[in-house]
Amino acid sequence: MASTTIAPTRMMLKQLKGRLKTARRGHKLMKDKRDELMRQFLDVVKLNKSLRERVEQGLTEAFASLQVASAIMSPEMLEQALLYPRQSVELGMEFKNIMSVNVPQYSFKTKNNDPSEIYPYGFAQTSGELDDALSQMAKVFEDMLELAQVEKTMQLLAEEIEKTRRRVNALEYVMIPELETNIKYITMKLEENENSTKVRLLKVKEMVLQNAHNYK
Amino acid sequence: MLKIAVIGGRETVMGFTALGLEAYPVADADEAKKVLRTLTRDREDVAIIYIEEGLAAQLSQEIDKFKDSPKPAIILIPGREGSLGLGLTALNQAVERAIGTNILENN
Repeated sequence: MASTTIAPTRMMLKQLKGRLKTARRGHKLMKDKRDELMRQFLDVVKLNKSLRERVEQGLTEAFASLQVASAIMSPEMLEQALLYPRQSVELGMEFKNIMSVNVPQYSFKTKNNDPSEIYPYGFAQTSGELDDALSQMAKVFEDMLELAQVEKTMQLLAEEIEKTRRRVNALEYVMIPELETNIKYITMKLEENENSTKVRLLKVKEMVLQNAHNYK
Repeated sequence: MLKIAVIGGRETVMGFTALGLEAYPVADADEAKKVLRTLTRDREDVAIIYIEEGLAAQLSQEIDKFKDSPKPAIILIPGREGSLGLGLTALNQAVERAIGTNILENN
């Protein structure tokens, strides 16, 4: 689609050629970026899938133990036992750059390093199933944290891939063909002008000769 | 330092308190929506929000808003009654978004 507003001048032609070159280079770069993002994305997706399955299974088991515990203990007792946590988790977040996408990296620190600190109650009045449930949860928690990181990374990468893919397509199917047709239009127009000038000159020459020599 | 929050039914979040996470027990989706809003709007220090699948299903609009921002990460976890498979749905959505078609369905 050659837009009609293009002035068929040499200056415009030069400008358009420059733009075409840039667009081609940009297209190649974008395509490379998209391919690399896609590769990283597929790795992340696989990791995410296995992590999610592990977390879901772990949590289901932990909830099952908790269910047993709540069946054995009275709800008030259970709530009381878990009311005041002794452990607290502090989360650190840094950003890692994957192909100019900033993805979070979490690191966590527990206030108490002693693993037994997750039991905020005395053992005398609670059932053993509660201990089981909590230790299972503590185990699955590390995976949960990794899952959060991986899932967020996946979402951010997906967004970036979508954007990049759109740009690649826009360049490939809109920008570059448009520039090419415009360039073609200008070259043809210029050639036409040249031809008509030539023909006019020939005609003028003929007329001048005829006038000078009365020559036919 | 940043914090981790858990939104879910009373029984679901109870266990997480012991691990040192911030637990927000809610009764229904409306309440969950309110909690989610306060957590995302007013609290700068919450980086990860785990939310029970059953509730998340009704809050997908709210949750989708944060898909593209690096913070907070909203992650679905199965509730007491076991996994509903919504977490994997989110994964499939992301794949579809990035690639245009779901390439995982067959394996």
